[in-house]
Amino acid sequence: MWLAIVVNRAVMALLTLAGVAIVVFVLLRVVPGDPVAMMISPGAGPADIAALKAHYGLDAPLTTQFWIWIKGAVTGDFGVSISLHLDVMEILFNRLPATIELAVLALIVALTIGGAIAIVGTLFRRTIAETAIDGINSIFLAVPDFIWALALVLVFAVALPILPLTGRIDPALAEGFSTRFYLAESILTGRFAVSSNILAHMAMPTLALALPLAAVIVRLLKQSLKEAMVQDYVLLARIKGMSELRLVVHEALRNAVGPTLALTGVQFTFLVGGTVIVERIFAYPGIGNLAIDAVINRDFPLIQGLVLMFGLIFILINVAVDAGAAALNPRLAHG
Amino acid sequence: MAEASAVPASARDGSDAIAGDHPPRVVTALVRDPKVVVAGGFILLLIVTALTAPLIAAHDPLEQNLLLATVPPAGFADAEPGHVLGTDGLGRDVLSRLIFGTRVSLTVAFVAAGLAALIGTVLGLLAGYRGGVVDTLVSRLVDVWMAFPPVLLSILLVAVLGSGIHSVIAAIVVIDWTRFCRVVRAETMAQARMDYVVAARTLGFSRGAVLCREILPNVAPVLIALVTLEMGIAVVVEAILSFVGLSVSSDIPTWGGMIAEGRQTVHQAWWMLAAPLAALFATVVAFNQLGDGLARTLDPVLRR
Repeated sequence: MWLAIVVNRAVMALLTLAGVAIVVFVLLRVVPGDPVAMMISPGAGPADIAALKAHYGLDAPLTTQFWIWIKGAVTGDFGVSISLHLDVMEILFNRLPATIELAVLALIVALTIGGAIAIVGTLFRRTIAETAIDGINSIFLAVPDFIWALALVLVFAVALPILPLTGRIDPALAEGFSTRFYLAESILTGRFAVSSNILAHMAMPTLALALPLAAVIVRLLKQSLKEAMVQDYVLLARIKGMSELRLVVHEALRNAVGPTLALTGVQFTFLVGGTVIVERIFAYPGIGNLAIDAVINRDFPLIQGLVLMFGLIFILINVAVDAGAAALNPRLAHG
Repeated sequence: MAEASAVPASARDGSDAIAGDHPPRVVTALVRDPKVVVAGGFILLLIVTALTAPLIAAHDPLEQNLLLATVPPAGFADAEPGHVLGTDGLGRDVLSRLIFGTRVSLTVAFVAAGLAALIGTVLGLLAGYRGGVVDTLVSRLVDVWMAFPPVLLSILLVAVLGSGIHSVIAAIVVIDWTRFCRVVRAETMAQARMDYVVAARTLGFSRGAVLCREILPNVAPVLIALVTLEMGIAVVVEAILSFVGLSVSSDIPTWGGMIAEGRQTVHQAWWMLAAPLAALFATVVAFNQLGDGLARTLDPVLRR
């Protein structure tokens, strides 16, 4: 049963991905806006333009272009970037680890902050403290990562200049890595001075991405916790003399965490989407920042590769969430 | 899901009564909500500011004065009288640019949210009321649509359509009509099962008449709240696209454009970033609080 749900979702996901691929391809080809026009030097004649188009395969019929692209995409060949003159797959794989580390760190921070505040709010339920938490949280729910990122710039790069404003790591330290997962690798190999440098660079973008998600987690988890706190098993534990904190953390949290995690998965896709603008603000070298450059340069092969990559990440998150939710739900486990 | 238990069993009937029979009750309920009053007042102030911008701005927002470049706001050392929020790198008055910037932000907010609501509502009403193949088609379309990362799609669309306010509006509409479609569809399905709809059909009203005269007015409360929330989203999307340089041309002052310039010179002139960011923050929070307040007051169903 559990496996059937996952397989079903995976098939749907692949179909969605194919739909995304077709839409992006058509969108980029049908609308006006010629990528070659962006690349040619002012003195180029029609012959030069035709040669350039032929070089990038842009003179072939649309169906042929699509077929070539799909065949390439399946085999991992997205073509060559028009603006960077490098293999698209290679660019994506060089840039992706930076975005993955940023998004995962932001998720961990959001779960930590959101979880802690939800527990505190539950402990102080029906008091003025809960009203205050709800009031502040409603503002955090409204304000997007874009605004947090720039507000953090004003605080930690201008008023109290303690964090580096741009980049991922000091260039002098960015050597001797065998993978592109700088943070994970530096921690695993025990180079903690390097790790702390990377974390300082990642602090502002991470927080900007984490705060809106943390607000969502506070609202969802606090509601679930409050509902759990009036259940019979919590009452029983209370009669046994368990402290209020233990009641919340040991009894209620175990039952409240499932639905919150399921919805957090969906929200995590928004966080990944937010990396586009947040990476831009902090000149962080991930695929989000790359996406904006690719679009400004009308770099078709790179845009196609990036959109498919984002689509794939979104789908993987959704499948993982469904699989997790199905595994956590005892009713589904027993068919 | 959240406050479901707090909603009485008769909430559904109550909302019909509020929407249909006793409009004054809505007004008194809204006026009694301080959040709605403060947020609504702020947005009203923004609208008046946008409409009267040439009258209230002390300076031409484009007027450069290199002798008075990067002057800090009033109250700081080297501040100049007449430039309350200081000047930017070209000596343009920040407050005046902020005032004129409300025009683009609010235009995008109202037009984009309105159009997205229109398209989403029409499709949502059709899908929810007709059901069957129409419903399946619309629902699948919404699903595929929502698989796209919104930020990426908006940048992609604007790059493809060319920059400018029309493209920004088009991008927001193309992406966010699904928000309205999903909610209106669900709401229409709920309404279509109500006795009054069955009664109207029995009395011989056509499907179209029932949809427009019976169902639409009862879906309207949800819509109003959603449109307000969408306006807050639209203001941010416009600012992001201006920030990236894909919105209106740079000789029209926008908050996002000011933020982009301020981000570049943040170490020399922090107020160039702080002022438009504060304006954007307040506007987003105001639209959101107003939308939440409207949702709470107008429609108990949205709270589920």
